[in-house]
Amino acid sequence: MARKILRIKMDDLSYKYEEVPSKWAKWGGRGLTSNIVAEEVDPTCHPLGPNNKLVIAPGWVSGTPAAPSSGRTSFGGKSPLTGGIKESNSGGTSSQKIAKLGLAAIILEGMPKDSKWYVLVITKDGVKFEEANDLLGKGMYEVDEILWKKYPNKPAIIGIGMVGEKKLSNAGISVNDPENKPGRYAGRGGLGAVMGARGVKAIVVDDTGGPGVEIANMDLFKTGRKKLTDAITSHDLTKPGGGLNSYGTNVLMNIINEAGGLPTRNFSAGYFEGASKISGEMIAETVEKRGGGMTGHGCHTGCIIKCSNIYPDEDGNDLVSPVEYETAMSLGSNCGIDDLDYIAKMTYQCDDLGLDTIEAGNTIAVYMDSGALEFGDKEGALSLFDEIRQMTPLGRILGQGVKATAEAFGVFRVPTIKGQSMPAYEPRAIKGIGVTYATTPMGADHTAGYTIAPEIAGVGGKVDPLSDEGKSELSLTFQAATAFIDSTGYCLFIAFPILDIPEGWAGMAESVAGVTGQSITGDDVISIGKEILKVERDFNTRAGFTAADDRPPEFMRYEKLPPHNEVWTVSDKALDEVFAWVNS
Amino acid sequence: MQVEVRVFATLRRYLPELGISEPKVVEVPQGTTLDQIREMLGLPAEEVKVIMVNHLQAAPEDRAADGDRITYIPAVAGG
Repeated sequence: MARKILRIKMDDLSYKYEEVPSKWAKWGGRGLTSNIVAEEVDPTCHPLGPNNKLVIAPGWVSGTPAAPSSGRTSFGGKSPLTGGIKESNSGGTSSQKIAKLGLAAIILEGMPKDSKWYVLVITKDGVKFEEANDLLGKGMYEVDEILWKKYPNKPAIIGIGMVGEKKLSNAGISVNDPENKPGRYAGRGGLGAVMGARGVKAIVVDDTGGPGVEIANMDLFKTGRKKLTDAITSHDLTKPGGGLNSYGTNVLMNIINEAGGLPTRNFSAGYFEGASKISGEMIAETVEKRGGGMTGHGCHTGCIIKCSNIYPDEDGNDLVSPVEYETAMSLGSNCGIDDLDYIAKMTYQCDDLGLDTIEAGNTIAVYMDSGALEFGDKEGALSLFDEIRQMTPLGRILGQGVKATAEAFGVFRVPTIKGQSMPAYEPRAIKGIGVTYATTPMGADHTAGYTIAPEIAGVGGKVDPLSDEGKSELSLTFQAATAFIDSTGYCLFIAFPILDIPEGWAGMAESVAGVTGQSITGDDVISIGKEILKVERDFNTRAGFTAADDRPPEFMRYEKLPPHNEVWTVSDKALDEVFAWVNS
Repeated sequence: MQVEVRVFATLRRYLPELGISEPKVVEVPQGTTLDQIREMLGLPAEEVKVIMVNHLQAAPEDRAADGDRITYIPAVAGG
């Protein structure tokens, strides 16, 4: 059975299944969400108004048997945070279940005329619109628990917390993990507010009895799957007991700190004296010492990397899952906080309220930079989440993210690009990632073109992080490869082994070709990725973006960043070269 | 001369006496290369993916200088 698009109209609470038009037939994941958004959403629309849409798509291989680490869901729409196109990508349970229902995408459009809130229940038999009044004002932990009790087949829950209900720009979209905890997030860009604007508190996806994913060429799929699996399980970073499995993404904390690129105290330094106390190694030690929580946790069924963790409280009870590197930076070093327990408590608040952790931590850092709170004041930082929970005027400002908070409190050191704040790598110390932050259509986003691999980790070659040379081309190559991988449903972390192991790279492409029946080899990855980037850049141009939006913030050009005492030196011309090919 | 050596993540297994980010102070002759120091500390070459000296990338054949802060790094990435 060919994949279908499920279009849900909140205006009249109706839905219909549509054939995937031939122009979109080749796409999955990000490639599909971005093409649909680019065609169906007016780039000049208000992100919270009736003309924006939320598009949800599993990747090409999600839901197929034993495709390794392939549970990623793409969420697309016009971002309230950036004003541009957004694809925000999450792990958790949703991707495989949507795919197994035979769906290429779900398009959520319109707004309820009665201003009511709904839970959408999607099964093989269609969509039920259930009133969500009893869930309003509830955090995602409680929402997930209530919905799993009501729907006993352990469905995927896609939901928004109170921040999304209030349509604030730092609202993420939560996806439950296999233990029904809400910590997997399509966090970036405020798409939770776009979902809230459709009047949808949660989407329940129950794939029981679904048709499953059609595989065009099973032999080719199996061949590709094996090559990819072998690459993942043999590379030191992704194999069982390797760096990611043992320490999670926060394995990077000490390393980026050593490289002088760890954002510290609102991007005023690249080295944090307390980094070791909030590192992945410390999480692993804490798990061992407290006898609770775990490392090597999988965020979705079939993940063979298992980089997630469950952080235990002082009594060994599960506190939150996961504590990621990005989170430990934003709520830790960037706020001058060196206490993992507090970082974990604040992460819990983010996951419950429905906030992107990167933006939330960076927002507190900007607030601290205004003098309203001392850097390092962990009690003060934690109490700010009460302001957000109670939706006080301060809480509403903080829920809007870094840019709005900086404006409200008179801060000039604003680490944003296209309105979205920077993740955990300082562009002045690691120039290639700065080029990605500046030029990706998504706003400052490390996952959009992770040049950290060659610049810091020696994965996929070795490049000097402090040099400007060749960074435009490097960033573009990574951005294109990422756009492809974001379309597969595979976790982006498969990139690390397959950058070093060519058979794995070929296997990824072959597994996609096997599922879709398209003629795709490893040589096509970059060109297909560039097609997606072109569509996204074009949307942003139509939304009014210019070259001026592809620039890092001014303070990075004159404030020297210790310990290297470097400023941002990549020329505007070099930044403009990254996407010069789009308009040529 | 003396140098400070740090190891992270999976490489810590080879120097289990060190706390996280705790340096091991090593006495080495002038002209010792980073690779020789690695060998001296029992860190397997195939597990060392990146070396940094004083926050900058370095090569195995580079020679250490007195007071250097040397870091051996295994395969890492994420974010």
